[in-house]
Amino acid sequence: MSDQTTTKVDQKKPGRDGRSVLREIVESQTIVVVLAIVASLILGSLLIILASEEVRTAAGYFFSRPGDTFAAIGDVVGGAYQAMFQGAIYNSAGADFAAKIRPFTQTLTAATPLIFAGLGLGIGFRAGLFNIGAQGQIIIGATLGGYIGFAWHLPAGLHLLVAILGCIIGGALWGFIPGFLKARTGAHEVIVTIMLNYIALNLLSFLLTKDAFQRPNSDNPQSPIIDTTAQYPLILGSQFPLHLGFLLAIAAAFGVWWLMERSTLGFQFRAVGANPSAARTAGMSVSRAYILVMVIAGGLAGLAGSAQILGTEKSLTSGIAASFGFDAITVALLGRSRPVGTVLAAILFGGLRASGPALQVQAGLPVDIVLVIQSLIVLFIAAPPLVRFLFRLPTPTSVKEVAV
Amino acid sequence: MSTAVAEPIAAASEAPVLARKLNGPIVLGSIALLSLLFFAVGTGGDEETSFAVARSTDFFQIPDFSLPSLTTIVVLCVVALALSGWAFWVAWNRRAIPWYLYVAYGFAIITAMLTWAGAGKGNTSMQITGLLIGAVFLATPLVFGSLSGTLCERSGIINIAIEGQLLAGAFLAAVVTGYVSNATGSREMGAYMGLIAAPLAGALVGAALSLFAVKYWVDQIVVGVVLNVLVIGVTNFLFGTLLKESPELNQAIGLPTMPIPLLSKIPIVGPVLFNANALVYLMYVIVIVMHIMLFKSRWGLRVRSVGEHPRAADTVGIKVNRTRVRNTILGGAIAGLGGAFFTVANGLAFGKEMTGGKGFIALAAMILGRWSPKGALAAALLFGFADSLREQFGIIGTAIPSQFLAMLPYLATIFAVAGLVGHARPPAAEGKPYKK
Repeated sequence: MSDQTTTKVDQKKPGRDGRSVLREIVESQTIVVVLAIVASLILGSLLIILASEEVRTAAGYFFSRPGDTFAAIGDVVGGAYQAMFQGAIYNSAGADFAAKIRPFTQTLTAATPLIFAGLGLGIGFRAGLFNIGAQGQIIIGATLGGYIGFAWHLPAGLHLLVAILGCIIGGALWGFIPGFLKARTGAHEVIVTIMLNYIALNLLSFLLTKDAFQRPNSDNPQSPIIDTTAQYPLILGSQFPLHLGFLLAIAAAFGVWWLMERSTLGFQFRAVGANPSAARTAGMSVSRAYILVMVIAGGLAGLAGSAQILGTEKSLTSGIAASFGFDAITVALLGRSRPVGTVLAAILFGGLRASGPALQVQAGLPVDIVLVIQSLIVLFIAAPPLVRFLFRLPTPTSVKEVAV
Repeated sequence: MSTAVAEPIAAASEAPVLARKLNGPIVLGSIALLSLLFFAVGTGGDEETSFAVARSTDFFQIPDFSLPSLTTIVVLCVVALALSGWAFWVAWNRRAIPWYLYVAYGFAIITAMLTWAGAGKGNTSMQITGLLIGAVFLATPLVFGSLSGTLCERSGIINIAIEGQLLAGAFLAAVVTGYVSNATGSREMGAYMGLIAAPLAGALVGAALSLFAVKYWVDQIVVGVVLNVLVIGVTNFLFGTLLKESPELNQAIGLPTMPIPLLSKIPIVGPVLFNANALVYLMYVIVIVMHIMLFKSRWGLRVRSVGEHPRAADTVGIKVNRTRVRNTILGGAIAGLGGAFFTVANGLAFGKEMTGGKGFIALAAMILGRWSPKGALAAALLFGFADSLREQFGIIGTAIPSQFLAMLPYLATIFAVAGLVGHARPPAAEGKPYKK
């Protein structure tokens, strides 16, 4: 009781003593993000422990030798996170320096499509559009860009440029449809984009059965390998997978920052997102904003497709988009739809994704634990009060709007 | 000045009483015309299509019959065109198009398509009864999923997590079935226990959804999307650890079919409706009960008022958030029950991501069914039919690629939400957290 009264006094006078600094820290958004990640890792560990046979065996005789159970828990959880660290950041067991830092370049490579698509979704979120369609936009972008990559034979440089452009156009086209329908008929973009994801996937698997998309002498539904002239060059040499797409993604992040924070168009997008009626009253065209936002978001998702087809995969299959479109939603949410946040979140999730093979090989755990941790992080981030409750943090004095 | 004159007219033409809703009839007419051109041109003049309906268990056998393909197609498509014309006339007079017109139209177009697909295939006949059995069977998870969506959205909670609820239900049903079968030695007992366990898994996902949506006001679409990923992650992880280490927990055990005596022997109707397993019968019961409860009971009125205007509901003493939490959990349980379809009703072991997007088709069925259990059933059956048609066409071989048939439900949904076919209006307060 007395504790509460003192904190209330503290709130009233903004003194610069140690307690108010501490208060600022525990009330900040950053601490919520950090603790959300911690809580997700703890819950992920719980799942690993529950599924581990060693722990269950040891727990069978828990009361005679409890130490064994804890040792088993330590082994399995420690092994998992060590494998994740070695798979995603720095492999101390590598033969030379290049082998040691190779995991981190894999992380950045996996982050590249997430940055592109996450940026696009972030623009949508800030304009009040919930675009679930990055998956379909990646697929269509990669299909068009990939077709240009393997069917057209252009000189080096120009070929890459045209292929990237193809990816952008494909994605933008798939983004235009829901934007147009939203603007003209009010059709809910969530529903339309979900449906378009499946239509895109079916379209791609249909195309892969056609001669024009078939790899010669192959019965599998996969396209020919795209020409080397249309592939993103590797920027750190042939021993690292990192390609030019990553630099493009960073450039795109700057571009999006400028668009959203410095340009008139970005201001309109944010105004429409904050209050469409007010934006309309102020003379902005809400329909135009919806269509443009979806086209730009689709174009960025198309670039994510280019990172896949021109950077890492180099051949079209029905799994070209992997689950990047859905992961990008969590990336944009985690990054709070801001370019810097999106880049950092994409690198985090890229790391989680890159750690998959090491997790499988070293720790013998299915890679899917990564999905669990990823989704838990987003759930916790989206509900700061829950995180504060779990870690017994005080509620902030100024009530801020919950993410998205 | 001219704008001042034009404005009232524009406003008046938007008024519901005066508007002529001609989009629907125009779409019907175009489809009929396209069908006539496509199916008739693709069929040779002297070809025949044979149809088979009989099952060996029927009271009496309806013999297989053949129709001259081209004539049948032309007649059916002209009938469909005439029906479109009738619909146009009805809409022109600002009256509602009767439901039986749609049914007759659909029957004509689909039969024309079947005739075209089976034309000149010699001994391979179109299995009408098999097609319908497949439609009902494949529609089962969609019906459960869209009922779940309907229940949640009528109370104002958007349930994108149907997919996750189906998957969770499928997983728990498989595990419990395997465990109980092992423990008791009775496979049938195991399957029924699995059926009972499935709703619990779905309800758990529903509870998580309601916790974040109602208590923490997190965007419901965000929670739904993330919960889907979470369920995929957890089930895949347990599939790769728990089920790999103890394979006896994941066996292919199916519910026994329960043919209803006498009724199951009626030709066509019997095998389609009265020769199913417990889950399918349960589906009919839930659809009927839910439709009556939602639209004829006091409880239903309260639920709908919470979904349409929560503040008004609160004013008259209805507990808005409690209603939403209950409905979301109940909805989750129904979707979880539907998840049992993939494992115990199908007699399959659990597989990674085995729901394969059915939760989203269920969402589509809910929208197409206009947020009512009856409509959800009809829409789900339609999608189930499209799926069944895809399988049948795969066997018989046609010019329509199976991927395009697979797209049909998604395209239909986009048309529906864009207002080209019918008019989809969700509950007014859906997706908005209720803050007192």
